[in-house]
Amino acid sequence: MKAFLILEDGTVFEGTSIGSTREVVSEIVFNTSMTGYLEVLTDPSYAGQAVCMTYPLIGNYGITPDMESGKPWPDGFIVRELSRIPSNFRCEGTIQDFLVEHDIPGIAGIDTRALTKILREKGTMNGMITTNENYNFDEIAPKLKAYVTGDVVSKVTCSEKKVLPGNGKKVALLDFGAKKNIAKSLNDRGCEVTIFPAHTKAEDILKTNPDGIMLSNGPGDPKDCGPIIEEIKKLYNSDTPIFAICLGHQLMALANGADTHKMKYGHRGGNHPVKDLETGRVYISSQNHGYVVDTDKLDPKVATPAFVNVNDGTNEGLKYTGKNIFTVQFHPEACPGPQDSGYLFDRFIKMMGGEQ
Amino acid sequence: MPKRSDIKKVMVIGSGPIVIGQAAEFDYAGTQACRSLKEEGMEVCLVNSNPATIMTDKEIADQVYIEPLTVDVLKQIIIKEKPDSLLPTLGGQAGLNLGMELAESGFLAEQGVKLIGTTAETIFRAEDRQAFKDTMEKLGEPVAASLVVNTVEDGIKFTNTIGYPVVLRPAYTLGGSGGGIAHNEAELVEILTNGLRLSRVHEVLVERCIAGWKEIEYEVMRDAAGNCITVCNMENIDPVGVHTGDSIVVAPSQTLGDKEYQMLRTSALRIIDELGITGGCNVQYALHPESFEYCVIEVNPRVSRSSALASKATGYPIAKVAAKIALGYTLDEIPNAITKKTFASFEPMLDYCVVKIPRLPFDKFITAQRKLTTQMKATGEVMSICNNFEGALMKAIRSLEQHVDSLMSYDFCDMTDEELAEALEVVDDRRIYCIAEALRRGVSYEKIHDITQIDIWFIDKIKILVEMEQRLANEELTVELLKEAKRIEFPDNVIAELNGKLTEEQVRKMRYDNGIIAAYKMVDTCAAEFDAMTPYYYSVYGSENEAAETKDRKKVLVLGSGPIRIGQGVEFDYCSVHATWAFAKEGWETVIVNNNPETVSTDFDIADKLYFEPLTNEDVESIVNLEKPDGAIVQFGGQTAIKLTEHLMKIGVPILGTKAEDVDAAEDRELFDKILEQTQIPRAAGGTVFTAEEAKAVANRLGYPVLVRPSYVLGGQGMQIAFNDEEIEKFMDIINQIAQDHPILVDKYLQGKEIEVDAICDGENILIPGIMEHIERTGIHSGDSISVYPAHTISQDIKDKIVDYTERLAKALHVLGMINIQFIAMDGEVYVIEVNPRSSRTVPYISKVTGIPIVDLAAKAILGHKITDMGYKPGLQPEADYIAIKMPVFSFEKLRGAEISLGPEMKSTGECLGIAKTFEEALYKAFLGAGVILPKHKQMIITVKDKDKPEALEVAKRFEKLGYKIYATRSTAKYLQDGGVDALRVNKITQESPNVMDLILGHKIDLVIDTPTQGHGDKTRDGFLIRRNAIETGINCITAMDTAVALATSLESATTEYTLVDVATI
Repeated sequence: MKAFLILEDGTVFEGTSIGSTREVVSEIVFNTSMTGYLEVLTDPSYAGQAVCMTYPLIGNYGITPDMESGKPWPDGFIVRELSRIPSNFRCEGTIQDFLVEHDIPGIAGIDTRALTKILREKGTMNGMITTNENYNFDEIAPKLKAYVTGDVVSKVTCSEKKVLPGNGKKVALLDFGAKKNIAKSLNDRGCEVTIFPAHTKAEDILKTNPDGIMLSNGPGDPKDCGPIIEEIKKLYNSDTPIFAICLGHQLMALANGADTHKMKYGHRGGNHPVKDLETGRVYISSQNHGYVVDTDKLDPKVATPAFVNVNDGTNEGLKYTGKNIFTVQFHPEACPGPQDSGYLFDRFIKMMGGEQ
Repeated sequence: MPKRSDIKKVMVIGSGPIVIGQAAEFDYAGTQACRSLKEEGMEVCLVNSNPATIMTDKEIADQVYIEPLTVDVLKQIIIKEKPDSLLPTLGGQAGLNLGMELAESGFLAEQGVKLIGTTAETIFRAEDRQAFKDTMEKLGEPVAASLVVNTVEDGIKFTNTIGYPVVLRPAYTLGGSGGGIAHNEAELVEILTNGLRLSRVHEVLVERCIAGWKEIEYEVMRDAAGNCITVCNMENIDPVGVHTGDSIVVAPSQTLGDKEYQMLRTSALRIIDELGITGGCNVQYALHPESFEYCVIEVNPRVSRSSALASKATGYPIAKVAAKIALGYTLDEIPNAITKKTFASFEPMLDYCVVKIPRLPFDKFITAQRKLTTQMKATGEVMSICNNFEGALMKAIRSLEQHVDSLMSYDFCDMTDEELAEALEVVDDRRIYCIAEALRRGVSYEKIHDITQIDIWFIDKIKILVEMEQRLANEELTVELLKEAKRIEFPDNVIAELNGKLTEEQVRKMRYDNGIIAAYKMVDTCAAEFDAMTPYYYSVYGSENEAAETKDRKKVLVLGSGPIRIGQGVEFDYCSVHATWAFAKEGWETVIVNNNPETVSTDFDIADKLYFEPLTNEDVESIVNLEKPDGAIVQFGGQTAIKLTEHLMKIGVPILGTKAEDVDAAEDRELFDKILEQTQIPRAAGGTVFTAEEAKAVANRLGYPVLVRPSYVLGGQGMQIAFNDEEIEKFMDIINQIAQDHPILVDKYLQGKEIEVDAICDGENILIPGIMEHIERTGIHSGDSISVYPAHTISQDIKDKIVDYTERLAKALHVLGMINIQFIAMDGEVYVIEVNPRSSRTVPYISKVTGIPIVDLAAKAILGHKITDMGYKPGLQPEADYIAIKMPVFSFEKLRGAEISLGPEMKSTGECLGIAKTFEEALYKAFLGAGVILPKHKQMIITVKDKDKPEALEVAKRFEKLGYKIYATRSTAKYLQDGGVDALRVNKITQESPNVMDLILGHKIDLVIDTPTQGHGDKTRDGFLIRRNAIETGINCITAMDTAVALATSLESATTEYTLVDVATI
């Protein structure tokens, strides 16, 4: 069946429908990872967005157990070509069936590079995936303009507390849409990880006397998380060691007077170099963010940059002055992407007084 | 970390002559690195024995020594030039070994020379089998169960504990030389004995066989601060068991999930970090197809063939970055030259698929074993890029120029299903075609996978291509079907052929009428995330074009020479690159089309635009439609480019330089005869034929022996000397296995002195940089002959005639640009053998030794400049003060079963130069450069045909005087003894031991002189077996008396004090 991707600027791509045939409006973003489409699909940070994979051959190894959450989150999936058959010893099914099963619409067979170039030139924009051949752009345009991702954190966070047992440090993980591998990375290091829903009150978390608090990644505009930011301020004041990733990093910054802004087209992929300003070492990181912390308004008495993106100089991490708090914009938990910065979890264990 | 301040003058070691396993990729890497060093203000001193390279140009380095790559020579150059640093990681295994030896001996420390780019310890830990194993164990990185052995007995003992089959890998050899898989004790003994001998340190690794596992490679970079990145990973379609140089390779990996991908990536980074590599490194893995188990196969701590491929596949210039790292920069300080926005610490992301196919030489060596093993056999490779795998595979196939353009190009129709199943078991260059045939017959994916171990994903892709063949053959060609066929890159001629009703032209018209045209996408290192600055393109169908239209300057299309093969090597890339530079200097916009990832011409900053595309009529037409060049230049790209001439003219592209009809006049027998008549130049009598009957008639009229050859070929492919009717039949049969568009030539064979000239003609005058003469008499292909400049044994009268004939021919053929002519001088007369109105193999060599920039001048002549305006006096230029000798280099030891005796068909893979003040020293250096390092044991075998016996006697006397003990077979021995040489008679192979074979296998022989009797190719003959076994046991084997005489001369004047010539000063 034919499908169409209609962008806010009027560009239309014609391709083939994959997954659900349901019509969807969303924010269109691209990811440059060459492997890890399943991790991308199941990363809750993509809630409220439709993802275009720039690598043209997707689905080669099918669906494996490598899921970062219980289900796929993007509103839509955009690819050049879906493999006709998957081949991998752990393959449990095809991506085609997976999308249908989870009612995710998508489009294949379009010039994903041309789409990427549009998003790069004009910035991330909204779009619609539809199978309706008789679409009328004038009717669609207002819908596209009106679309906002909104409070997607509430949609993706867990509904109740969950504990992953461990013999080491006790970590409270605040789930804004956490990828599984964050908890696993801590759990693998012996930590007992308690996962809390995003809207848990600071007092309720602190009551459990955690050795450290982990603020997770998550979707959407950090400024849409007002109430959460208020709770994070309390966590900041608690003197509990805190490590934060991605959205967690942005929320901690907002909680401390910094600002964030939307990037032109964000960083999504597994090849971004980030420099540890303390050591000068450069690590290749996994990234997925559309917003970034402005460091110019940051008071050095509150926090100083700890990591910077080598390519565009944007902030990639903060160290909070006089505090046991450390936050990064990128994804040390990888999945998908390079594992080079996994050592940051060890650093967090140390911050909690543990040995690793 | 900024640039180190203690590095000012860097010595770079090249990789020497092109041999199988070490080819043009090192010219590419070396050239790029040298330019990168010069960019940083370094003084670069280059040493490489290979004159056919761009890296040995004076534009690339400050001092250029085209000298033999031996420790002694390097020491003398270091003493003379006093570099403060030595960069050994750019010259392949040869360069690395030399750097290692210089460092280990303490010489570098004595001279105050730093080894940069790597340390001796790093090389040792990566290259020494035991040290490597220990390092991997320390890291907890798995390697296959293995043991380093120094004796055959230890090998057998160890194998009995781990079980057959086992892989054998000799230490410190290139291209897996001497390695192999042993399935039983007999094979083990054979391969191990050979491997131990070939290893520099007499070590072979005996290893658990992991054949059938996925073979995955990672190209990684590390700087001195410890920052590491991956440039690219690659997956071999052929599982472990086939050398990666002989495998079809795809980038990035296709069948690995992120877990597997990151697991191996992390491992590669841990390894490069532990080894402390500063620069580029290649790590090869075997990955179990049904689990996460993996083994590290090997690590190459230097640039390599794979790094060249990774550079071209991603756009990331590994050698350039490696050179900067060697100077002290860190990855985050080096800008990415493609995007100009990112840095070298950004990992490339591909949004396309790359396929590499090796160019195997079995069309040249029809008797060689086609089986692919862990010992590399390919002479070159092609790469293609597309946004789907099927299309990339189809494009790569037609880039090979081996008369293949689809998966139907090898015909297995006649086989029964059982035979086909057996054929699938055979791992050779035809396997993908065989798989396609199996799929056509409905053989299941599982069965094909069980036999070949190739991943089902790839088998399905081949099936998609087979399904398209069937649809094109059975369905009406609709616009939709045509679109889909083009999306997966079926060429128009194949579509027409399958359709059966439409011609290729009609298919093309249908495409154009329906707007089904190629679009071009950019290789930008970043999957379009950033706006890249480098116009490096590949074609796709069904997408938006992004190749920028340019029309502000005159535009020239430069057609490259495709994959490196015997007969058309790196020399033609040299010419293409220089032609491009020359046109750029004249203010033209330059566009290069080529498909060879190993070459300088496909580096992203050589031309204004690079199209990485097959060199076929259709593919070039698509580029022409978009670029609308003002002209095309074909005379520098060998036969590959010449073959495109006709079509280029048809589509209205002016051919710059000599016109196509004049090229034809040189190749077409009848037309050429007319030219010769008109210019009154004699040639050997001959005729043109199509059938064996006609050929025999001509041969009998002329009288045997005769030379038989197809027209329009390079490297004398299919050329043979026939001595009787029977041989004519055989040779014609071989030639006609491929449909011939042009007649076959049969000429009287004249035996005389062969002379060669390259000349430039501006339409009025000619410029001859120099006259070269061959050491070997006619009958041996010019590419396989030792060539001497200046010609020193011919009279002034002959020289004058040659100059006169060259001028007459150049004018009669209206040459504008380059012409190459081969002559025979015999009894005071000069005959023309052949005329090539194009650039030739000898152009780089003669440019360097005369200091005349031939290609540059030829390009200027093409553009209307006159020789007199360029500061040259027309005619033959004054002879140089040096004698320069070009020595052919062969790769016979890599090609089991190949006939090594020399003849009219070219067999050498590369060349090296000997340059000195005297003929004798030049000759000695040339032999040295070619690896003929004698004497060792001072024992030799002579076995020659009757006709050669008088000359053999003279040669034997000279070797005897040099202290050689001479063995000879019966009749040769008698002749030598009668002539006063104390020759020892040995039994023939068929006679009882000890016979000649025992001598050869005893490893105490330096040299075999064996001139083949009439007729060729019978693999059971004594001569063939002697030659093959000599080669495979590493003995120098000479098959022409002239070569033997030259070697004697060379050894008589052996010296250890060399005159070193800085070619940049000529």
